[in-house]
Amino acid sequence: MSEVNQNLEQLENKLQALKEFSASHGVDLNKEIKAIEEKIHELKIEAYRNLSPWDKVNLARHSERPTSLDYIDEIFEDFIEFHGDRNFRDDPAIIGGLARIEGKVVTVIGHQKGRNIKENIKRNFGMPHPEGYRKALRLMKQAEKFKRPVICFIDTPGAFCGIGAEERGQGEAIAINLMEMSRLKTPVISIVIGEGGSGGALALGVADKIYMLENSIYSILSPEGFAAILWKDGSRAKEAAQIMKITSEDLKNFEIIDDIIKEPLGGAHKDINEVSKRIKEIIIKDLKELGNLELDQLLNRRYMKFRKMGKYQNN
Amino acid sequence: MIKGLFKKTKYVTTSVPSQEKAPTPNIPDGMWVKCNSCEQIIYKKDIEENNRLCPNCGFHFRMSAKERIKLIVDEGTFIELDKDLTTLNPLDFPQYEEKIRQQEEKSGIKEAVITGTGRIYGEEAVIAVMDSFFLMGSMGSVVGEKITRAVEEATERRLPLIIFCASGGARMQEGIFSLMQMAKTAGAIARHDEAGLLYISVLTDPTTGGVTASFAMLADIIVAEPGALIGFAGSRVIEQTIKQKLPEGFQRAEFLLEHGFIDMIIRRQDLKKSLGKLLCLHKEVK
Repeated sequence: MSEVNQNLEQLENKLQALKEFSASHGVDLNKEIKAIEEKIHELKIEAYRNLSPWDKVNLARHSERPTSLDYIDEIFEDFIEFHGDRNFRDDPAIIGGLARIEGKVVTVIGHQKGRNIKENIKRNFGMPHPEGYRKALRLMKQAEKFKRPVICFIDTPGAFCGIGAEERGQGEAIAINLMEMSRLKTPVISIVIGEGGSGGALALGVADKIYMLENSIYSILSPEGFAAILWKDGSRAKEAAQIMKITSEDLKNFEIIDDIIKEPLGGAHKDINEVSKRIKEIIIKDLKELGNLELDQLLNRRYMKFRKMGKYQNN
Repeated sequence: MIKGLFKKTKYVTTSVPSQEKAPTPNIPDGMWVKCNSCEQIIYKKDIEENNRLCPNCGFHFRMSAKERIKLIVDEGTFIELDKDLTTLNPLDFPQYEEKIRQQEEKSGIKEAVITGTGRIYGEEAVIAVMDSFFLMGSMGSVVGEKITRAVEEATERRLPLIIFCASGGARMQEGIFSLMQMAKTAGAIARHDEAGLLYISVLTDPTTGGVTASFAMLADIIVAEPGALIGFAGSRVIEQTIKQKLPEGFQRAEFLLEHGFIDMIIRRQDLKKSLGKLLCLHKEVK
């Protein structure tokens, strides 16, 4: 990947120089420019077709990768953010509120990473505390009451590990979300847009439909944490990513997710409009489908969806 | 003459029979253990005969699932469920099958949980007991499936449910499948709950990670054994994240009681009686 990237960079520089030369000297270099542009396109396809799991980890964590709020702005109208768990505080690592999609009112909830260092510090790099999960649950129950579907965007390295998080019951907060989501009397759609790390991701992920953006990851633990637990060496993350099976393709094959949402070459940040359009289409289609189900049917289907997960042998 | 008085002229040599040499170095392995709490050296058999409690200070040593069943369930009433579910290797994780085989041999059980029905002071219940001696009680597909089936059995037969938790968390080697067991078990618990049935979880040392963040914390009544480690993240991970030492007693049962996350702490010698009483108090009036 890095080698191709180097070639790409060289070619792009060359292209830029040619364009400048052509403009400043009035020489017609269109033929040459076109050839280089084609070559660049080819190289890009090659580079991004063969992304390793570790490349995808890096793409999923890319500093320019669109966050929940970026997609919400693109996909929904009239987003109104609500705050707080009514108990301890407002956790900025999870956002949520009301929005409209094609006229229909929905509750939108998502992990929220910062888009720069300052915001990331405020949002704790998208790692929620228990009060974040409790806020999410409060908004889900509100959605249930007003018969609104729930759309969740998943993008977290994991639930935060710290003294306060333990004191306030991180495990309990996640557990309650899993249980309540499994029986929430309204349709739920979850989309992994970046990192889906561990129970902290799953706490917004017990849904009727689950999607992953092509270059997002969804895993039991971060590759660093996985390597640290199994080999007592967090620096072997790249190797861990290789064997953990965390890409959208892996999870589709395992039938853990419903489908993959394609990204443009180079990742979602290259064309957020296009990715948002694709997400929006899927949400609209699913809301129609799920809206047609009787409540019992909906809940049974959700139960069975997770009931089937797991690989074992019955001797 | 005086000079000679202090002069040793004769040395006595005795041969010491080998087993009478200093007791520590020559004892076969595993006969003695050092108590984690009072640091006394204790004869292992004394612990085994004392429900794996330190005879000196009452420290609760970890207990296997079989020992636990013997301690809690009325003799001869335990009927095991799903004992033939066995582990697969869905990620093709290197040496996973081998590891499972080793754990089987070492612990004498096929996976990290035993489930079944049994009676406690005559009260029937579905009982699941995790075993930390099998790959640290980690939850993979088999553990998740067995727990789920046990919960469903309880819902179907309108029985109370007791789960003894002992787990380091999700089973890394089964990756995303392990994670999904959290949602699966939580969903089954939700149905048991909807049916108006009693669920008691007993948190024993250690209850952490994905087990804490799913069925362990979803019970109507949550009890813990004294001193049990209970938490979401491991202490090493927390220390590395926040770069500071953790306070004494952090993530112990007493800490959780103080912070309002468990109902009570019950000593092991009182556990059966207390569970029997709780079951009795929730008996369905027919």
